[in-house]
Amino acid sequence: MIGIPTTFKISIRALRVNKMRSGLTMLGIIIGVGAVIAMLAVGGGARQKIAEQIASMGSNLLIILPGTTTAGGLRMGMGAAPTLSMGDAEAIRRECPAVMEVAPNHNGVAQVVAGNVNWSTAIIGSTPGFMLVRDWPLESGEPFTDQDVKSATKVALLGKTVVDNLFGALDPLGQVIRIKKIPFLVIGVLSPKGQSTTGQDQDDVVYIPVTTAQKKIFGTAFPGMVRSIAVKAHSTEDLERADSQITSLLRQRHRLGPRQDNDFTVRNLTQIMEAAEQSTRVMTLLLGAIASVSLLVGGIGIMNIMLVSVTERTREIGIRMAVGARRWDIRLQFMIEALTLAIIGGLIGVILGISASWLISEFAGWSVVISPVSVFLAFGFSGLVGIFFGFYPAYKASELNPIEALRYE
Amino acid sequence: MTLVETRKLCKTYKMDGVEVNALSGVDLTIEQGEFVAIMGPSGSGKSTFMNIIGCLDNPTSGHCLIEGVDIAKLKGDDLTALRNKKIGFVFQGFNLLARTSALENVELPLIYSGVNPRERRKRALAILDEIGLKGREKHHPNQLSGGQQQRVAIARALINNAAVIFADEPTGNLDTRTSVEIMELFVKLNRDFNRTIIIVTHERDIANYCGRIIRFVDGRVVSDQLNIKS
Repeated sequence: MIGIPTTFKISIRALRVNKMRSGLTMLGIIIGVGAVIAMLAVGGGARQKIAEQIASMGSNLLIILPGTTTAGGLRMGMGAAPTLSMGDAEAIRRECPAVMEVAPNHNGVAQVVAGNVNWSTAIIGSTPGFMLVRDWPLESGEPFTDQDVKSATKVALLGKTVVDNLFGALDPLGQVIRIKKIPFLVIGVLSPKGQSTTGQDQDDVVYIPVTTAQKKIFGTAFPGMVRSIAVKAHSTEDLERADSQITSLLRQRHRLGPRQDNDFTVRNLTQIMEAAEQSTRVMTLLLGAIASVSLLVGGIGIMNIMLVSVTERTREIGIRMAVGARRWDIRLQFMIEALTLAIIGGLIGVILGISASWLISEFAGWSVVISPVSVFLAFGFSGLVGIFFGFYPAYKASELNPIEALRYE
Repeated sequence: MTLVETRKLCKTYKMDGVEVNALSGVDLTIEQGEFVAIMGPSGSGKSTFMNIIGCLDNPTSGHCLIEGVDIAKLKGDDLTALRNKKIGFVFQGFNLLARTSALENVELPLIYSGVNPRERRKRALAILDEIGLKGREKHHPNQLSGGQQQRVAIARALINNAAVIFADEPTGNLDTRTSVEIMELFVKLNRDFNRTIIIVTHERDIANYCGRIIRFVDGRVVSDQLNIKS
């Protein structure tokens, strides 16, 4: 038996003799590996984007919206009926064990004025719990407190976009803004959150205590009415439970009979997002699988060329055997040839895949994530393909009869 | 010393279900240092005989001893190992590796017997020099004449200090003048270096260079005589 370095030299020489053919054979693997890496990168990018959106929305989030109402034959659409109250929010927090925190919202759009600058933005009245529910910490300043809610204080927390538009580079803390001509003291600035799942700027917002919004800004159909309630469950697994606990609690509180429909809707946003993430994951797998098929086809290309090569070089094999090459020596020689094709092809494929991913993100504007695992996987797989598809031709070569091989024309 | 000894050597091929006796009971002894020609018409079994004593093939029955080792029952890699150490081949069609230099062609048997690269190079250069190919070491087979190619093949057969060199129609592809040169080289190797050489040929002129001529017909030895050279 001879060493691997010597065999390696023999194999490389054979590959160099047929440069064009070796290159084309490698192309199959190059495209396969490149495609696997690029596809997984695109899929990974999509998943990362969804994960970011879930995180920005607030994890384990349920949103309760009031039901619809009909006024003079006009059906008013979802959320129009004034059916949710502060009391509902309080009851949910108290009585639903799966719920961690509750934030009632009473919101609307209003013009905000600071000095001689003005800006139209979303005003959301809530309780201090919204920061936990939405996973939304302050960047600077202080949050408002339950005491502020109780006494309907005129304090405001500004989103980043509002700060930029009203104050520019100035520090807004301690400044006064006017919402519908009512002065509010800016006590905090929320950290930037970016776009929501629907592409809205989540930082274009002003948070004030819910009672202030109800009494001084938007008014209510009845005291204590809120437009929605955001709920954070303890964990993802608790979402379902929280949903049913809230539904039965609110049905009871709203005195709905068994045949009446709910006058509210519980939206499980996290679940919707997770379904989206799940489907992206499936898509990634699917893309990867399709790309793997091309890697497999590349492998068959290697096998094909190696079989041709064995036939073509029958006489060479005969000569080697006649002067003392053992079966293993011949087998190793052809295995190394196949493996070299696969590995060099794999390396070029990795470079190609990474550059393709980069090009996709640069020109198509998709976010891509190249994970080292996918690179390693694709490269390792190409090596396995080389071994797997190189084995049969190598075996065939080693089983040749030297007498017949020498006579082969 | 007896180098090759065969006892009742038989080889039967099956062709389309019909059994063909290529060798039917060959008893021969070849001593160390002999220069033997094996003659016979095509189909007489001379090539089969050479394949068996050259460790390329197994007999159907009988014994074949190389330096006392019975190779009749050896298979695959054991046979290959023996071939690598004891036997050098020279073929009619030269059978050199294309696109490979003369030097590397000569080194080939040493690669498979695990000799290190420096030693390989040294021995190959020495043999090429001895055989009259100095300065042609880097040439590829297609840059060499037929006679030169056959010399490279002979160098390759010699490099492992094989006990016996088998030459199958070594001059079959060469013109008369080159044939003479090649045969004189064999004669020199036999006379000056005491190499055992067995040549298969159907040409009387070529056989006449040898010290002993064995004739095969229909798988049997029909004559075995010493050739007294002028």
